[in-house]
Amino acid sequence: MNFIISILFSGIAVSVIVLIPWICIGAIDGAFMRSLFGIIIPYAAIATFLIGIVVRVISWSRSPVPFRIPTTAGQEWSFPWIKSNPIDNPKGMGGVILRMIFEVLLFRSLFRNTRLEYLNDENGPKINYEWEKWLWLAALAFHYSFLVIFLRHFRFFLDPIPGFVHVLESLDGFMQLGIIPFNGFGMPGVYITDGLLLAAVTYLFVRRIYIHQVRYISLPADYFPLFIILGLGLTGVLMRYAIRVDITAVKELSISLFQFSPKVPDGIGVIFFIHLFLLCVLIAYFPFSKLMHMAGIFLSPTRNMANNNRFKRHVNPWNYPVKFHTYAAYEDEFREKMIEAGIPVDKGVEATSESGKKE
Amino acid sequence: MADTPKPEKTARINHIPPLMKGWMDTPVEIKPGIYCYGAKPKNTKAVGMPYPKEWNPTDDDWQLPENWKDIIDEGLRDRRDKYRSMKLFMDICVRCGACADKCHFFIGSGDPKNMPVLRAELFRSVYRKKFTLGGKIFGKFAGARDLDEDVLKEWWYYLYQCTECRRCSIFCPYGIDTAEVTILGRELTNLVGLNIDWIAGPVANCNRTGNHLGIQPHAYIDMLDFFVDEIEDITGLRMEPDINRKGAEILFVTPSGDVFADPGTFTAMGYLMLFHYLKSLGLDITWSTYASEGGNFGFFTSHEMAKRLNAKMYSEAERLGVKWILGGECGHMWRVINQYMDTFNGPPDFMEEPVSPITGTKFKNANATKLVHIVEFTADLMKHNKLKLDKSRNDHLKVTFHDSCNTARAMGFLEEPRYVLNNVCNNFYEMPPNTIREQTFCCGSGSGLNAGENMEVRMRGGLPRANAVKYVHEKFGVNMLSCICAIDRAVLPNSMDYWVPGVDVCGLHELVANALVFEGEKKRTLDLRAEYLPGMEDEEDV
Amino acid sequence: MSIKQQLIEKKDLIIKTWRSALLGSYPEATQRFLIREKDQFANPVGQSIHKNISGIYHALIEDEDFDTVSSNLEEIIKIRAVQDFIPSDALLFIFQLKSIIRSSLDFKSIGNSSVNELNSLDVRIDELALKAFDIYSMCRQKLYEIRVNEVQNQVGSLLKRANLTVEIPD
Repeated sequence: MNFIISILFSGIAVSVIVLIPWICIGAIDGAFMRSLFGIIIPYAAIATFLIGIVVRVISWSRSPVPFRIPTTAGQEWSFPWIKSNPIDNPKGMGGVILRMIFEVLLFRSLFRNTRLEYLNDENGPKINYEWEKWLWLAALAFHYSFLVIFLRHFRFFLDPIPGFVHVLESLDGFMQLGIIPFNGFGMPGVYITDGLLLAAVTYLFVRRIYIHQVRYISLPADYFPLFIILGLGLTGVLMRYAIRVDITAVKELSISLFQFSPKVPDGIGVIFFIHLFLLCVLIAYFPFSKLMHMAGIFLSPTRNMANNNRFKRHVNPWNYPVKFHTYAAYEDEFREKMIEAGIPVDKGVEATSESGKKE
Repeated sequence: MADTPKPEKTARINHIPPLMKGWMDTPVEIKPGIYCYGAKPKNTKAVGMPYPKEWNPTDDDWQLPENWKDIIDEGLRDRRDKYRSMKLFMDICVRCGACADKCHFFIGSGDPKNMPVLRAELFRSVYRKKFTLGGKIFGKFAGARDLDEDVLKEWWYYLYQCTECRRCSIFCPYGIDTAEVTILGRELTNLVGLNIDWIAGPVANCNRTGNHLGIQPHAYIDMLDFFVDEIEDITGLRMEPDINRKGAEILFVTPSGDVFADPGTFTAMGYLMLFHYLKSLGLDITWSTYASEGGNFGFFTSHEMAKRLNAKMYSEAERLGVKWILGGECGHMWRVINQYMDTFNGPPDFMEEPVSPITGTKFKNANATKLVHIVEFTADLMKHNKLKLDKSRNDHLKVTFHDSCNTARAMGFLEEPRYVLNNVCNNFYEMPPNTIREQTFCCGSGSGLNAGENMEVRMRGGLPRANAVKYVHEKFGVNMLSCICAIDRAVLPNSMDYWVPGVDVCGLHELVANALVFEGEKKRTLDLRAEYLPGMEDEEDV
Repeated sequence: MSIKQQLIEKKDLIIKTWRSALLGSYPEATQRFLIREKDQFANPVGQSIHKNISGIYHALIEDEDFDTVSSNLEEIIKIRAVQDFIPSDALLFIFQLKSIIRSSLDFKSIGNSSVNELNSLDVRIDELALKAFDIYSMCRQKLYEIRVNEVQNQVGSLLKRANLTVEIPD
């Protein structure tokens, strides 16, 4: 297994996933196909997604955390005159929550990966960002763009469109004011997040090939979700800017899905079904994959526990007694030598001769 | 010159284009200088570990029990159900590569299987095959593979090339801790009788005699007596350490390495001197020959073995009737104390909340374990001006400080040692920021890998640390590397000898004792190493 | 243009080729890290190669005594002496320099003296190789010395201190 096979495998898999709805809707079509791809598969995927995540999280939480093993990345709480670092080395719940917030929302550990280098060259001091910075940035751009795009999609799920969607859209679309000061040519407003997401996914893919270490460790399971998301993004962008679909019909479909009275209106283009099918595959695949890091991060015992073992007892639910070498056994073995060396003993010399007799 | 050979032709290095070759298709090659000798049967037998046997890792036949696959399978299942960490760390890695270049063994060797992510993947691949749907269906395409003898050998080879230092874990966005993977992996290798002798031997000895070399109690006393004589030569004062004394207020436990090998011995002398100094101020402390090993090589074997060896500490405290325990300078000893001890063998209700008898400070942060770190104990004394110190006695030293992995990343013990250092020496220089504190580099020989036969791998692993020392050595003239770990003291001198000749290694309390001014002492002309103090070179040595 | 002139003129290219030949001895998955990571503390191996190779090359073309660059040689070889290389592979990079230089020279523009000049260059490189051999042996010797010292420190001093041995008085 080398990286070319890995990429080919994932690439072919995603191509097949794109082709299935394309052929089924574009070539075969019919009421059955439309309800299969518009209703049955989406419901099945959502069910798999929800049940899968719940099952996985339950499975994780059923394994206990026998020891409290946080990784400490700062000064522990000790004397009042020593400044502790309550976030990187939390003493209690409050610190843990803060640490998790930084971790989940800002990818703090990944940021630590970054190094700022101050170089002095002939043009004076210069700041040099190491490549690690890009991983953090791309990860941040990727996840937040995804989130914003997901929230923007609420305009298709809810009627009336909630206020936050409008706010997001105007924030996300502010660029068009700067670049294209007028709306025209039939072009809708350009969203920053669309571009960001595609750029970030592309970066995450390219770095997997370009950085040799990462290429060496990458599996098909690493390329596959990237390709799916790339496909998802591309079809979405195409729909918005090039191959227009009947938005009203799409909204009708999605609202009917959420109201559990599904019906597929006529006139929705095939590209929408490709988009939807990619999404279905992604969310159905989610619980079985590394994408579960989204839920896993909350349970990670090195991050979600306080470093307070020395003053707060942690109980291991399966703790069991062990046999250890007791002092009595130790003294029995060495009593004479201990007495000779003047080390206090529990039992006298007579015990030595007794234990000697027993043997 | 048509025949000019191309450089590649001269390059006899076997260049299978690795570009086209995945790691799963690169079988392990057990190399001398890297692997440690297999555990001797007498050592594994002594503590009842399974399948004791005489074996050599370079043999083709590792004499595995017939049903070894079932044993590993069962072991994996068992651990998956007992440790959330394992289940989670097997499932959520996204292979982002943030950890890849953070491991000292990878940095020093360039062996890609030393990347923490790949070390864990060696393990994860088997886990996927056994426990995940995708792994069962798609096999290699899902990054899954069967467990066979070669895979087991690969596990063993690389699990004993990880020092459980947790540096990679700091950078992981999900907190995946390779140390945890290594610990559980090593447990599995132990189930089928595969350990290394440098771990199994000390475990057996610690279990029986209380120290890793198997020194008997009377010889332990001889060693302390020897220190007492040495100290008398230097200070003119005679220390009177108490041993196994019932009714003392405090029990002192330190790694036995400090008592038996240089330069740890100077640290042990430092402890003796500090205790003597405090005696008149009300310190009531005893050493123990039974619980004479703070370090815990059991931790490098299995959780159960760690618990067995660790149990001696509380047991001895209870027998002697002490109020609390003072712990010496040690790395993994403190990892066990901080993160495992109370859970293993607590609660130690027979003891009281630790209070410094000299300053009255309550060690609230040690309320549950009742174990106080000697460096925080000393820092507290200094804060309250209880020690008369003459910093200039360490003026011949330019000191830097090496944070031990365990106290840094499994405890967060960063400021206390620096506070002590700044109180006992005038020349303290930090190494570069990405090599200290929570980002500290391992000494390269931790977690039981400080055997002799694997010197090459130890030197590789020690390179990143040594490289940072070299920098301060060249820039500031640093000649002393201080640390608070017994393994550091045992292995860093070698690493320095190879990479940065001219730098010595010491424990903090050696420097404390150098600076400590006793009432009624003779004029101090020598430091604890019996070398002249600055400005005393012309003095007559009495 | 004489060989020496060419060696000076093309030094950047030759150093670069030599450096990548040396880096080529490491696993492919690792090479990029060794090249790209510029922090000398995060990447001591790559940075040592980076720094020392050019020092050695300069000494070679400036006809300097190799004693001046023995620390550069030592830094590289010390690392290679504890890595996964058999001795010949550890020192191969010195010999590779011969072919690297030859393949970057423009022989058309060299006069008749070229054979002599080339021969003396080879002699210089051989000299460097011998020096490297000494250093390599010294490193390996040091390793074994450390091994022995460690055992002695663990056991020897112990016996002495426990008064189990008697020393011959001075």
